[in-house]
Amino acid sequence: MSKARTNLPISLAMHTVLIVYTLIALFPVLVILLNSFKSRKAIFRTPLELPNSETFSTVGYDTVLSQGNFFLYFQNSMVVTIASLFTILLFGSMAAYALSEYRFRGNTLMGLYLALGIMIPIRIGTVAILEMMVATGLVNTLYALILVYVAQGLPLAIFILTEFMRQVSQDLKNAGRVDGLNEYQIFFRLVLPLVRPALATVAVFNMIPIWNDLWFPLILAPGEEVKTLTLGSQVFIGQYVTNWNAVLSALSMAVIPVLILYTIFSRQLIRGLTSGAVK
Amino acid sequence: MHRTKFRWHIVIFLTPAALVYTAVMIFPLFNTLRLSFYNEVGQERLFVGLENFRTLFLDPIWSTQFWNALANNFRFFIIHMLVQNPIGVLLAAILSHPRLRCAALYRSAIFIPTILSFVIVGFAWKLILSPLWGIAPNMLDAIGLKSLFEPWLGKEAYALTTLALISVWQFVGIPMMLIYAALLTIPEEILEAAEIDGITGSSAFWKIRLPLILPALGIISILTFVGNFNAFDLIYVTQGALAGPDFSTDILGTFLYRTFFGFQLQLGDTYMGSAIAGAMFAIILLGVCVYLFGIQSRMRRYQL
Repeated sequence: MSKARTNLPISLAMHTVLIVYTLIALFPVLVILLNSFKSRKAIFRTPLELPNSETFSTVGYDTVLSQGNFFLYFQNSMVVTIASLFTILLFGSMAAYALSEYRFRGNTLMGLYLALGIMIPIRIGTVAILEMMVATGLVNTLYALILVYVAQGLPLAIFILTEFMRQVSQDLKNAGRVDGLNEYQIFFRLVLPLVRPALATVAVFNMIPIWNDLWFPLILAPGEEVKTLTLGSQVFIGQYVTNWNAVLSALSMAVIPVLILYTIFSRQLIRGLTSGAVK
Repeated sequence: MHRTKFRWHIVIFLTPAALVYTAVMIFPLFNTLRLSFYNEVGQERLFVGLENFRTLFLDPIWSTQFWNALANNFRFFIIHMLVQNPIGVLLAAILSHPRLRCAALYRSAIFIPTILSFVIVGFAWKLILSPLWGIAPNMLDAIGLKSLFEPWLGKEAYALTTLALISVWQFVGIPMMLIYAALLTIPEEILEAAEIDGITGSSAFWKIRLPLILPALGIISILTFVGNFNAFDLIYVTQGALAGPDFSTDILGTFLYRTFFGFQLQLGDTYMGSAIAGAMFAIILLGVCVYLFGIQSRMRRYQL
């Protein structure tokens, strides 16, 4: 290793590999974003150039904004994602606290039962989930999606949060008990604030799959008023497939919120991934 | 010994999670498996035993579709393992180099495709590979390889491989991050000790680091397996529910969707859909068991 540290060619080779791969990773996204701001002619004639004063055009965005309900879709996605995350964190941390703090009969069994869902995808149960949602009248509502995402997110959330809550000092909790706090106050006032980093990790892990899911919106909530952004853009692009301006703009409008969220949360996400929280 | 007071707070802490999880995940899962043993005769739901599975595995019309989807799914998985893991290890190995500058920047940029939805990824690649737009042929032309261009997504021979590579492109960030994390936990002293023994450079990687990141590779493999065997979105977005051309990109997820929901003239079939879901469940369970009992428990873990 000490040789490599001072070796210029090796360092150059490493950067070359990384730059090439970064270009491969970003190229499709950049092509879509750049071309969404061009006129139809320029999209085909000079697809790899930046839009300039001659080729700049927002005709695609005009079509998307006038023809599609993108703001409604965006709002639906926000509601589903935030409500699911909040519920996963609340229910998940409560269960994790019970499993980590108290000794009771069936504790290990309960932990194993709740962990089953980490490896088994909830999609396998789709047939019966749809039947249940139809029977309860929840089909084509955002509640159906929220319930499914909460059930899907809970197992891993409980698993990760239990690990973290075991590390909270026992002395602190006992001191709280001596001061007359009840079990709920100890949980909400003492323990929850201490596991905030773990809560953030769980939230970031769940956020991306929920926001990006196509399967459940397609099956449980395909109605126009409840379409999520992912399903909405899929349907819109399917209809406007020959209108390249509209397709590229719709894709960009689906990319931009995710990129914004990523720039805000990427640190948290990468820290979570590399801290071993998923082992 | 007097009994201690019943601790209601434990029940209150556990109930919400257990209730939602049981009602929306475990119960439907079992209900779906139960439905796979039923069929509709006349207007009534009737227990038919393993009849649906016999149809699925042996009936000429159903079985060709099922075995085709299963075989495609295995190819999809194998391409992932062969391409995604080496690239992930390579990138992680470079990123974990102690003197590398801008590592955080590269890491964040390479992870971007992983956060995008299949809808974006699928359509973006469809446009780029489209002969109509001509980005891919023109770029090949620039390096003198235009003759190699084919409408990859439209040809039976290439479509599935192309889709698997697009999926690898999207998800390579995950193995990269997990292996990167595993590499960072290797203490410097071990590498220094190896160096004193004359093991440096690439042989240090093969002999010291690789054995130490094998558990991470095991986790990545099982995550990829589970992910691949319930994949659906990418193929649905790029090729539609019919998984064309001529079912060459059909995998279990698209087959389940088509059967359960119906498409064009075929009506949706709850019971055959459940049977396919049952088969998927069995395959995933088998994979997880092989990993837990066959691989993970036998893997040598080194105390660091």
